[in-house]
Amino acid sequence: MVVLAFILQTIRIAIPYLFAASGGMIAERAGVVSLTLEGFMLSGAFTATLGAYYSGNPWIGLLCGILGGLLMGLVHAVACIRYKADQIVVGMAINLLVVGLTRFFLHMAFDSSSNSPRVPGFGGEGASTGLAALASNPLVWIGLLLVPAMAWLMFRTAFGLRVRAVGEHPLAAASVGVPVSRVRYTAVAISGMLAALGGVYLALDQHQFTDQMTAGRGFIALAAVIFGRWHPVRAAIACLLFAAAETLQIQLQAFEIVPSQFVAIIPYVLTIVALAGVIGRSVSPAALGKAED
Amino acid sequence: MTTSTEAPPRAAPPGPPAGPPRWRTQLEEALLPPLVAILAAMVVGDLLILSMGQSPASVYGMLLEGTWGNAYGFGQVLFKATTLTFTGLAVALALRAGMFNVGAEGQLAAGGFVAALTGWLLPAGTPWVIAVPLCIIGAAVGGGVVGAVPGTLKARFGAHEVIVTIMTNFIVLALLNYVVAAHLNVPETLHTPEINGGAIPRFRGPFTGSAANASLFLGLAAAGAVWWYLFRTRRGYELRAVGLQPDAAEYAGIRVGGVWVRAMTVSGMLAGLGGVNYVLGYKHYYEDGFAGGAGFLGIAVALVGRNDPLGVVLAALFFATLSQGGLAINAVVPKQMVEVMQGVVILAVAVSVPEVRRLLRQQRRAG
Repeated sequence: MVVLAFILQTIRIAIPYLFAASGGMIAERAGVVSLTLEGFMLSGAFTATLGAYYSGNPWIGLLCGILGGLLMGLVHAVACIRYKADQIVVGMAINLLVVGLTRFFLHMAFDSSSNSPRVPGFGGEGASTGLAALASNPLVWIGLLLVPAMAWLMFRTAFGLRVRAVGEHPLAAASVGVPVSRVRYTAVAISGMLAALGGVYLALDQHQFTDQMTAGRGFIALAAVIFGRWHPVRAAIACLLFAAAETLQIQLQAFEIVPSQFVAIIPYVLTIVALAGVIGRSVSPAALGKAED
Repeated sequence: MTTSTEAPPRAAPPGPPAGPPRWRTQLEEALLPPLVAILAAMVVGDLLILSMGQSPASVYGMLLEGTWGNAYGFGQVLFKATTLTFTGLAVALALRAGMFNVGAEGQLAAGGFVAALTGWLLPAGTPWVIAVPLCIIGAAVGGGVVGAVPGTLKARFGAHEVIVTIMTNFIVLALLNYVVAAHLNVPETLHTPEINGGAIPRFRGPFTGSAANASLFLGLAAAGAVWWYLFRTRRGYELRAVGLQPDAAEYAGIRVGGVWVRAMTVSGMLAGLGGVNYVLGYKHYYEDGFAGGAGFLGIAVALVGRNDPLGVVLAALFFATLSQGGLAINAVVPKQMVEVMQGVVILAVAVSVPEVRRLLRQQRRAG
């Protein structure tokens, strides 16, 4: 029972990471740095809450969430691809911008500076920790199926080949007729929508939007992409690893052996350790962060 | 220089370029992006204000009146600008070395904490000539230690400093929260006991009541010191060389890894010094959450200030005006409006820097 509970909780925590990491993987494979995952997630969470609140239907919320992520993805794409802006700076700008926008509209829509009212989510009311609650949430299934789907997209389709080509060698790709900018726009747009789904999952799972509710998950997802060396399956494994660490933290908290703040930092420390240990040996897409094509 | 009048302009040898003189192009390259960005932010601000059914002119009027229009508001602007000067200098110095320090938030908190701890451990009655410098050193050490970690990890293992600094923010803030909540707090609060020595005087006269204090001069001195370090010392030259082209710097005999560690340590020290303003100049204790985003805003300050110490001071004044102005307009428009404007400013600077450069080159080639 303890093992089952551990696995269930790990999956539950891993779902937003799986979405965001899939989004980060495809954008980075196309050569665009994904520091924006946090902002994409947060905007998805907020627009999903708005949609679910005003329609009373979580599916409409989900759709709105995807649109919110798409919108921010396009801002990111235009700044990085059309204007060749510094991708890291744009990433941080979008993250700060989304925090401001969600706060402003949270205030305007719900007259609160901390959280939205309760909105409908998937599955039943009450504690959503059991197997039934997890299995009745369509986003859990979408998130889990996303891993093989991304692997297929990246390595078995012409689109995936083009994405990898513009991320490795945009000049060569352009010389054989690949429309470099268009492929990058598409990849970043998909990235925005996928990462937003991670935020949608968070908001609908908690039945509300809270200020800065993504709490750094976008950055941890990006670390999982790097840890997984830009491969969809390995990145997913990294997501599960980070989620397992977080689950451990939550379960340790119940025992009160160590102060909660110490266990709370486990995922962050793990991320640093992963980066320090792995990046030296892993090779990023060659044209990552370079605007020139 | 044997250009005949018949030769097409493109074929001219690379002598003095046609068009405006070089200093003017450089000045335009430096000044245009921030101006474009501020304009863009105002347009977005207009839209938000109109969406609330208010008049932009009257809201901006309120914003100015509440900041530069009275001594209290202006004092608050100076107080906020002081912290932002430190975090802005921190980000700017790291950027000059090619490092993007997103960790100023954690470094600022660590600096404030160590400063408060130092002031608290000092016996009561310590003369201020000893207490103030000790606390200031404490702030620099606190921030410097936190900044050294990502610098070292990048130099030793190639760990990307952006993600590492984001993670160190979370770690430092959680650990400080633990230490303060569990061990050092005044019961029922989330702050440390008051310091026994090291207080920095607040401004009086018309400023009475505002948090502005003499740390302002420390901030200006830091800006001067950073300018001197970057442009007048060998180490500063090495730092800029690494930032411009690490491979070339390595080839020229500069130890790039060492420069990264040094730049991030100094950057962390600068951010940490920002804690002096709050802890020694204002509250006289460390309070959980006092950094309140000033570290992240330092990124905006450095970008708008174009990584130049004087530019950083001016940009800090601008962002301090916005954030204090948010409070002044909160009655009619949610103060979060200025957070949106701050985000737009960074985004617009990032976009307009390469665009302005491209347009100016195009113009020069055509002229």
